Amino acid sequence: MSESPTKQQRSIGWMGLKRGHRARPSEWIAEKLIFAVSLSSIVTIFLIFLFVGRMTLPIVFEQMNSAAVQPVIPVERLGSMTKSEVMSYLELTEKQYAGMDQETLRSLMEVKVEAAKEATTTDKDDSVNTTRWRYLLLPQQWSGYDRPEYIWQPISRIHKYNIMPLVLGSLKTTLVALLVGVPLALGAALYISQLASQRVQETVKPCIELLAGVPSVVTGFFMLIVMATVLKQVFGYESRLNAFVAGVGLSLAVIPVVFSISEDALTSVPRSYTQAALALGASRWQAAWQVVLPSAMPGVFAAVVLGFGRAIGETMIVLMASGNASIMSASLLDSTRTITASIAAELAEAVFGGHHYRILFTIGLLLFVVTFVCNFIGDLVVHRLKLRLEGKA
Amino acid sequence: MVSRVTVKAPEVPQVAGGARVLVEIEDLKLYYGRALALKGITMNLREKLVTAFIGPSGCGKSTLLRCLNRMNDLIDSVRIEGAVRIDGEDIYGPKIDVMELRKQVGMVFQRSNPFPKSIFENVAYGLRLQGMKSGSELDGIVEKSLRGAALWEEVKDRLSANALGLSGGQQQRLCIARAIAIRPRILLMDEPASALDPIATMKIEELIIELKSEFTIVIVTHNMQQAARISDQTAFFYLGELIEFDSTNKLFTNPGKRQTEDYVTGRFG
Amino acid sequence: MATTSTGQFRSERKDYGSRVFGLFSGLATLLIMAILAILLGNVFYHGWGTISWRFITGGTEAGMFDAAHAGVFPMVFGTAALVILMSIFVLPMGVITAIYLTEYARANSLTTRVIRGAVNNLAGVPSIVFGLFGVGFFINFVGQGMDGILYPGKPEPIWGKPALIWSSLTLAILTLPVVIVATEEALRAIPQGLREASLALGASKLETIVRIVVPQAAPGILTGAILAVSRGAGEVAPIMFTGAAYYMAELPKSLTDQFMELGYHVYVLSTQSPNIEQTRPILFGTVIVLLVLTFALNLVAIFVRMHMRRKLRSIS
Repeated sequence: MSESPTKQQRSIGWMGLKRGHRARPSEWIAEKLIFAVSLSSIVTIFLIFLFVGRMTLPIVFEQMNSAAVQPVIPVERLGSMTKSEVMSYLELTEKQYAGMDQETLRSLMEVKVEAAKEATTTDKDDSVNTTRWRYLLLPQQWSGYDRPEYIWQPISRIHKYNIMPLVLGSLKTTLVALLVGVPLALGAALYISQLASQRVQETVKPCIELLAGVPSVVTGFFMLIVMATVLKQVFGYESRLNAFVAGVGLSLAVIPVVFSISEDALTSVPRSYTQAALALGASRWQAAWQVVLPSAMPGVFAAVVLGFGRAIGETMIVLMASGNASIMSASLLDSTRTITASIAAELAEAVFGGHHYRILFTIGLLLFVVTFVCNFIGDLVVHRLKLRLEGKA
Repeated sequence: MVSRVTVKAPEVPQVAGGARVLVEIEDLKLYYGRALALKGITMNLREKLVTAFIGPSGCGKSTLLRCLNRMNDLIDSVRIEGAVRIDGEDIYGPKIDVMELRKQVGMVFQRSNPFPKSIFENVAYGLRLQGMKSGSELDGIVEKSLRGAALWEEVKDRLSANALGLSGGQQQRLCIARAIAIRPRILLMDEPASALDPIATMKIEELIIELKSEFTIVIVTHNMQQAARISDQTAFFYLGELIEFDSTNKLFTNPGKRQTEDYVTGRFG
Repeated sequence: MATTSTGQFRSERKDYGSRVFGLFSGLATLLIMAILAILLGNVFYHGWGTISWRFITGGTEAGMFDAAHAGVFPMVFGTAALVILMSIFVLPMGVITAIYLTEYARANSLTTRVIRGAVNNLAGVPSIVFGLFGVGFFINFVGQGMDGILYPGKPEPIWGKPALIWSSLTLAILTLPVVIVATEEALRAIPQGLREASLALGASKLETIVRIVVPQAAPGILTGAILAVSRGAGEVAPIMFTGAAYYMAELPKSLTDQFMELGYHVYVLSTQSPNIEQTRPILFGTVIVLLVLTFALNLVAIFVRMHMRRKLRSIS
């Protein structure tokens, strides 16, 4: 229109408004910028994998050596060692390394050679590289024990990094959380979606959202300071802080998640199903249990999966309420330690770049992968549910 | 016995033989994905006349209307073949600035869609887009547009009130005021009165007849009587094809095609 | 069928099933509400006495565990600084991403689905993993990189250590999905007719978004911001290693300083106080301050959202 040939035939607007304006290049730039910013989520997930994973690579490929007694490196080799090799051999932090010159490093290495000569322990475990996968996963009979055990004990002369106690701890607390939280949340979801009046719905739903808004550190505090003693008095078990107490606390975090997704699933079941059942003479209970719940099953399943992911990834509640004793015990009433609590409690004291540090990153990565899978499955089902709610599926 | 719908003799004058052709549509085909929705439309629209598109629902009249201001571009799967020339220029040509096109070919929608702003700001929107600042100039155009849409008397005391507080008919006239404020050459109206009550409809129809002196109007309507009342030329569409296009008088009293006659007499549609 | 003398539509079976169902599900609902009430009630009951003007505005010069003199102002300040910085980062990113997803992206293209998948996954990442990311990426990569460029040769890290900015950035990533989801919800609620009307008047897509769509979506975006701030103020695990400190003598003055924070302080007081009985009042008081902050924000967001949804229902 900016090049119309028959200008004299064109009608003249009231104000002779400018015609034929060019499309602004700033528009094109703005669009590209918007797209670039939107990629930030993808980039972030990728970066999380990359930078958490990068710390774990030496562990994954068994390139670290955490043996209590390292093979002694002759002092002459100092020149050909890389900075990180020196740092890990001499167990120095960045700061310490930066503050030393070659002479100091040489004398440190000589000290190590001398110390090795004077070593008197003949513990067979001395030269075990405890960061290898079999020690991370399989039970090991350490000297001083009479049978193979799973032991997580990073702070000791022989660093023991078996992750099974932590995995078990995470699973135990999550189990309790689901056992307590899912029935409550599902029951409430059934009530709200099938039986409650509009007014009750509008009172209860915000309350549960408010529960979701309670910071996990407050829940952990509440369990630790208030409820742990109460529960111990009521149920009469030994340890005040254990998987059970932590699990109950976790259920407070799980309930809002399971509730909101189940409730969405239940309300998305077409009212016509319920009405058809009732019209055939079913009671409200029969209609809910036999018709509505089964057709909402995928959504309820997704809710539980997402609740699982939420519980296993939670840190503060278990850090404060689980007792933090890393023992392998099947009992829910024993003090326990989870993956998340271990990372939170131990990262500050681990030597940067050392084996303890990297193993903590490794279990963190493991946790990330597990929750990634849970969320993937859960979100897939929730997505289909949303389509159904909008009438597109 | 065939019952004929009596068509009131239209009050619009006969088409002047020399009214200039403004829009040339040449073998226009439109595909939604693989499906052919417009099957080669060829027609010319003349300046300062009201042209009505009629036909049963789904016949493509709204689709064709939206081709004239390229609103169909918003749908991903649409593909166009053929040409649409306004004043000799193919609006689907490579260098066309679509936004500029839409400033010259305005549209009023079936469902009124005023912005959640004040009445004044609604009318001023298009003007502000073009850089006009607040002032007497802007006020003047807003008033003129509201008068042109026969809405001024009703809203002149509450220009800063929210547009959503107006009745359905008033909202639609507001949308018309908004559209004509930027003085488009052509005004496209997609069933503008279908959501309104009879009195509001009548007001809109009177408005269209008045607007004809300034604008070229193309109106889609499923209401044949409305087409007969207000349009100079009428095009009858069926299943994506242009069946007949003639002066309204002729089309309604003595249609050339059998299908047209059937539709116009209410045998189907 | 039992026909009693009163008619043919009675039955002798009592509907126990429905009663039990109603009872159990109603009980479950009540129980959940009761837990919330107990938690809040207990905290407020025990902590209310500690709340005073001095408590809120005082600091910890006299000692953190000293019930008579300890205050929470440094923690309140730290939390405020943290969430303000976080908002500066997360709001533009989140709103722009949501705008892309609703206004520009093709519904089923691979890119769109991957972006959505990424957003959903971010929402489910455990908070401690964000902490690890903050350490591994922000502190050890970005921070140390910056130190290498800006202060080469200096042994003490300026940027390459736990700092306010790294905690804010870590929290910004954590709350990104919250902002995106709330903004998308607000954008989708806007009827398509408004966009069409604007385009038909010759506006470009960007103009339509800026002039019509975003202003209309503003309440929803605000809700998202409030929810993000509330969430950010309550998270502790991501900031434990990226900037929160057990004790700082001064308020943080620059982006590279560490800071005290409400949530972290609750953790510290709960687990590391030498005499828990003595610390109880301060602890409960701190929890109240934290709860009031997050709840007030949450309630505002919930009400704004309910009001918006009611307005929408009445229009359509």
